[in-house]
Amino acid sequence: MHIMEGFLPAEWCAFWYALAIPVLIYGAWKTKKEIERDPKAKSLLAVSLGFIFVLSALKLPSVTGSCSHPTGTGVAVVLFGPSVTAFLSSIALLYQALLLAHGGLTTLGANTVSMGIVGPFFGFIAYKALKKFNLTAAFFSAAAVADFMTYVVTSLQLALAFPASPGMEGVMFSAIRFLGIFAVTQIPLAIIEAFIAVLLLRSIRTYSPEVISA
Amino acid sequence: MRPNKILLLVLPVALIALSGAQEWKGTDDIAEGAIAELSPDYKPWFSPIFEPTGELEGLFFSVQAAIGGFLIGYFLGKHDRES
Repeated sequence: MHIMEGFLPAEWCAFWYALAIPVLIYGAWKTKKEIERDPKAKSLLAVSLGFIFVLSALKLPSVTGSCSHPTGTGVAVVLFGPSVTAFLSSIALLYQALLLAHGGLTTLGANTVSMGIVGPFFGFIAYKALKKFNLTAAFFSAAAVADFMTYVVTSLQLALAFPASPGMEGVMFSAIRFLGIFAVTQIPLAIIEAFIAVLLLRSIRTYSPEVISA
Repeated sequence: MRPNKILLLVLPVALIALSGAQEWKGTDDIAEGAIAELSPDYKPWFSPIFEPTGELEGLFFSVQAAIGGFLIGYFLGKHDRES
């Protein structure tokens, strides 16, 4: 879902940075609070970050004949909510922008908004909606929805920057084009990611049931 | 070891084995092509400060996964040792 370095017009880079930065600041502050409140949170933050690192390092082939990355944000969002997830995601995105030329510094704001903020936010809503009924289903949905919505957002970001023709119609046309590239490929990957996230979250729950309030 | 934990170990390995399919094109690259079609005049205005060669790219991806794996293993294991 990485928008490549230089592949967003400067005004869009600025726009997405402006959205991402306040959330990142709040997320960093909240991460600090979590650690102060409960030193044990440090371990779980590390595990959440680890999960994002592992999953977003995987390049998986999909049914469409192309391959893409899972995002790994499902665990963080279940344990700590969207703003901390945004902060943790930006660490992984920065690593990939600097060392792998995956994504970029100019597009870091846009990529943080998709992978760190909006995707996980939808995952969080799915988790909240389902956790009363079935915790496993809630874990699964949180991870799958966060992953899938990340790529929907990327598609929309690209469509807004590169409309096929001026006006809303052009944006729609481009959106369908980019969704065809990203979203379809992502469905099987989101499901695979969700299975792994469920396993990890369930083991975390057996270790420390108190961190996941049912 | 409960079956859950074994799965937790086996699944990622299976995934990494699968991901060896190098000829599959990345969606990022396909999107780049789509941008070139939709806005033929668009020129990327910034390029990566550092771009790894193929070998190095593999290395950095592995290091990223290794850091992640270490964080998960160390902190879950720490919890195990303490309880």
